[in-house]
Amino acid sequence: MTEYSRAEVCAAAIADAFKDDGEIFASPMGMLPMLGVRLAKLTSNPDLVISDGESLYLGGVPPLFAKADVVEGWIPFRRVFDVVAYGKRHVMMGATQVDRHGNQNISAIGDFAQPKRQLLGSRGAPGNTVNNRTSYWVPRHSPKVFVEQVDIVSGVGPARAKAAGPGASKYNDIHRIVSNLGVFDVRGDGDTVRLLSVHPGVSVDDVVAATGFALAVDADVPVTREPTESELMIIRNVLDPKNLRDREVPPVDAGATQ
Amino acid sequence: MTIDEVVAQLSDGMTIGIGGWGPRRKPMALVRAILRSDLKDLTIVSWGGADVGLLARAGKIRKLVYAFVSLDSIPLEPNFQKARQEGTIPEIVELDEGMFQTGLYAAAQRLPFLPMRAGLGSDVLVNNAWIKTVASPYADENGDFEELTAVPALKLDVALVHLNRADAHGNATYLGPDPYFDDLFVQAADKAFVSVEQIVDTAGLTVDTAVQRLLISRMMVDGVVETPNGAHFTTCTPDYERDEKFQKAYAAAAGGSDEDWAAFSARFLDGDESSYQAAVAAFAEEQSK
Repeated sequence: MTEYSRAEVCAAAIADAFKDDGEIFASPMGMLPMLGVRLAKLTSNPDLVISDGESLYLGGVPPLFAKADVVEGWIPFRRVFDVVAYGKRHVMMGATQVDRHGNQNISAIGDFAQPKRQLLGSRGAPGNTVNNRTSYWVPRHSPKVFVEQVDIVSGVGPARAKAAGPGASKYNDIHRIVSNLGVFDVRGDGDTVRLLSVHPGVSVDDVVAATGFALAVDADVPVTREPTESELMIIRNVLDPKNLRDREVPPVDAGATQ
Repeated sequence: MTIDEVVAQLSDGMTIGIGGWGPRRKPMALVRAILRSDLKDLTIVSWGGADVGLLARAGKIRKLVYAFVSLDSIPLEPNFQKARQEGTIPEIVELDEGMFQTGLYAAAQRLPFLPMRAGLGSDVLVNNAWIKTVASPYADENGDFEELTAVPALKLDVALVHLNRADAHGNATYLGPDPYFDDLFVQAADKAFVSVEQIVDTAGLTVDTAVQRLLISRMMVDGVVETPNGAHFTTCTPDYERDEKFQKAYAAAAGGSDEDWAAFSARFLDGDESSYQAAVAAFAEEQSK
């Protein structure tokens, strides 16, 4: 059996979240999402449109954080807003909190009027989630992140979108939540977060224990697929030769529990 | 104009829009001049970076309209965090970042609002209960009359923006990768002031630069001021990139003790713009040793 790291499992799982998207703008926020998207573009979905995260659509697939490459378009911030509304976009954002109904918070922790901890602000999460496909990446799965109810709703889950009417729900598409422990969607009963797979070496009980709400769990939960030889070759030799991925998801000792 | 002449045009309680984006191409020389002034009770409208952090720390902000405040390489702005966590900004309006653009468009087009989806279902509409929704007068493909966010116009008294080049009349170009929204800021405002790295003659604006880079027309501008390195420590590509070492020192002082901040202020902020630039040059020399 090939050796692979937890970060590499996550990269392949993130790539899988983009494999059926067709020719759309893939917008990863953060390192592992960027790695996963570029991996998808080099394997399962070469049609993806990717950017340098600043203002250029890239014609090639450079390593993480490399800038110099063939340019195939211009995507300054104002045109990002245009593409959000146009809809041909899949963004993978971070989440300081995500709740049972797939709402996400990156705004603040505590009471909005005077928060215990001010975070970024809602950024584009409210607009993303009612306009284009949105996924979340959580590098450290814990009950502090996966909470019953987020303190502030930045990203809108399907139940709240439906409650706000068709203007909010018709393009609401919360696709995947990928964490360092497993892969999830929001298709549990009542539009709740559901466990789709556990990463190799992680048990369903581990995930349930690290989740602060009642997770929808089917009778048979598969194991997240292992990265293939060619994916590992691409990750290690092409996209992330400096092994930045291990800084975001540290390697897990064989036999160690989460 | 001079920096001080621009600040003399501002008054207490004004609504001031600050161009750029986060830690990118911010009119920092003008922001620093506001810090030194007696101005108070300002409403600041900004996709925020250290501009918001500095003004918040100085107690200049009565109301803040933002979608995020970030230094990018340092995701959370310590002075902004402190102000929010201590509750020192009396009125807070947090919007989605696309709503922010739509609000500027509405103001620039002299409309009371423009509709969009962003905000629906999120706490942006809960925490800003004054922002209403509006029903489409047209049925959609399912016969529904969609309820949409009626994003209110973000009308500004004054816009402050920083670009790479302008002529003395206010025609201004950006030379970096992104126009940001500076044209919207100036059109959303009753008065607009442009700071630039360099003032050139009008013909010089397009001598080696595509005409599409002329973002701002003089009819939108009330004054131009030359402030070399005036966006420091934010980016002003291609004239200079973000000063990451300085930003780190700023964030450490802002997130440190009151004494840390007092020392940073005394070294960099208490004097005028030329003493700021001299202190920055000395800091850079220190760092390169």
